[in-house]
Amino acid sequence: MKKTIQEINEKIRKGKAVVVNAREIIDIVEQNGIEKAARDVDVVTTGTFGPMCSSGAYFNIGHSKPKIKIGGGKAYLDDVPVYTGFAAVDIYLGATAMPDDDPRNKVYPGEFAHGGAHVIEDLVKGKDIKFEATAYGTDCYPRKKLETHININDLNEAVLFNPRNAYQNYNVAVNLSDKTIYTYMGILKPNLGNANFCSAGQLSPLLNDPYYKTIGIGTKILLGGGVGYVAWQGTQHNPDVPRKDNGVPQAPAGTLAVIGDLKQMKPGWLVGTTMCGYGVTLTVGIGVPIPIIDEEICKYTAVKDEDIWTQIVDYSEAYPQGKKESLGEVNYAQLTSGAITVQGKEVPTGNLSSYSKAIEIANTLKDWIIKGEFLLSESVAELPGPGSGYTFKPLKERELVS
Amino acid sequence: MTSQKIVLHFPRKIVNQPVIWTLIKEYDLECSILKANITPSEEGLMVLELKGNNDNYKLGIDFLTELGLKIQPLSQDIIRNKERCIDCGVCIPVCPAGALEADPETRKVSFNDSKCVVCEFCVQVCPFKAMEVRFE
Ligand code: SF4
Ligand code: SF4
Repeated sequence: MKKTIQEINEKIRKGKAVVVNAREIIDIVEQNGIEKAARDVDVVTTGTFGPMCSSGAYFNIGHSKPKIKIGGGKAYLDDVPVYTGFAAVDIYLGATAMPDDDPRNKVYPGEFAHGGAHVIEDLVKGKDIKFEATAYGTDCYPRKKLETHININDLNEAVLFNPRNAYQNYNVAVNLSDKTIYTYMGILKPNLGNANFCSAGQLSPLLNDPYYKTIGIGTKILLGGGVGYVAWQGTQHNPDVPRKDNGVPQAPAGTLAVIGDLKQMKPGWLVGTTMCGYGVTLTVGIGVPIPIIDEEICKYTAVKDEDIWTQIVDYSEAYPQGKKESLGEVNYAQLTSGAITVQGKEVPTGNLSSYSKAIEIANTLKDWIIKGEFLLSESVAELPGPGSGYTFKPLKERELVS
Repeated sequence: MTSQKIVLHFPRKIVNQPVIWTLIKEYDLECSILKANITPSEEGLMVLELKGNNDNYKLGIDFLTELGLKIQPLSQDIIRNKERCIDCGVCIPVCPAGALEADPETRKVSFNDSKCVVCEFCVQVCPFKAMEVRFE
């Protein structure tokens, strides 16, 4: 039996759609079988809440009197430098940017208490933010200096636009060396002291639609507690990694670029994050609805933690040196049990991604759909899938010839 | 007479030495171990109440310092800021005292203050600055 998205939307409008989260569908399929589950359930909601470095927001701050051309000049939001290479008053704030005078890792390990991600969090909270800009001055934009406070409500546009979010699966990070290392996967204690992972597993959007059959460009999603859209495949999208029989990639694979109006996003769902010794990043809440258009999709959404496998990678040597070496494969049921075995040693595990918040996101999206407030969108173009030839290539370094 | 609660950080190399025995036997100090977490070949932590006459207390502390132990007075406490905590659980494996645990069903993280040995690992590890040191 097949359903179209229009039919599902019709049910949502009438308040008759059956919506469950990606945890609940597991039991429904187990009890009723795929066929009945696919008939009964219309939408499965997914969720994820984890650090996602390739995030940021662009703003149009409005024109001052006299006018200033910040484009090509310098500008700061709460001391964090923003990108100014656009028109006069358009700026982009990256999540990982940090104040010029932050000592970084000069005092090792660096603390990284404040950066672009924290400014984004404060903007969403409605706080006033200090804005400073310097420009070179032109005939039409004579002003050279601007110092003021801005507030998200006064900006013309405030748009969250993240080039890479929602990784489909991720590595488990460990440390084989004999000293503590400070990574984007957290602090890793020596000699396999801990193993960190970062995924909502069975709740994670792209793990519930492994071949991107429903999630595509234009898909309407929950982003930062508000509404957003999939804008494109994310950077480093890599659909051709090895997959298990259930279609689930065994290593980091697909990614999403997402966009949405920052003004309607909510505090608590975009959180400034500090990775000791590494830097600043933004923890982003994303929820994606998956329309149950047929049995195949229904089967994908019933994926369980124990059916999702990933690779254990040494972040003291293999990762920084770009060596494709795995220390073994584990599934998310093992990872969430509290410990895994690596090289014969029991290693305690920690998740950087919050499972309980991911459930909250999936349930929020579920509520919106049940109440008829959120209709599903048909994607306008597909994301590149396996066999499309789309890959994630390393950089080819070439010598500069002058 | 001096009586104080202190936190001892043991480097790996002296975990196997009879430190407490020496404090009692050689320095005539009363030792109550309030919390301890030491595993062979790993760093250890102990919260200790030390009691004895002033000279012996000072000599005992000197002995510990010379051995290479880090000593902190127990005048601070760790609290969790529930507003900042997102229940990720990345702090769990670094806690040497088992004070941080995930509920197997909800996967929410609980903090058991009475097990905490104030090592402050979680303060550095938590990406959301949810674990805070409170000075008393
Ligand atoms: S690392 Fe921080 S945010 Fe995560 S569970 Fe521990 S205290 Fe909470
Ligand atoms: S300070 Fe943090 S890591 Fe150390 S014992 Fe207490 S809860 Fe555990």
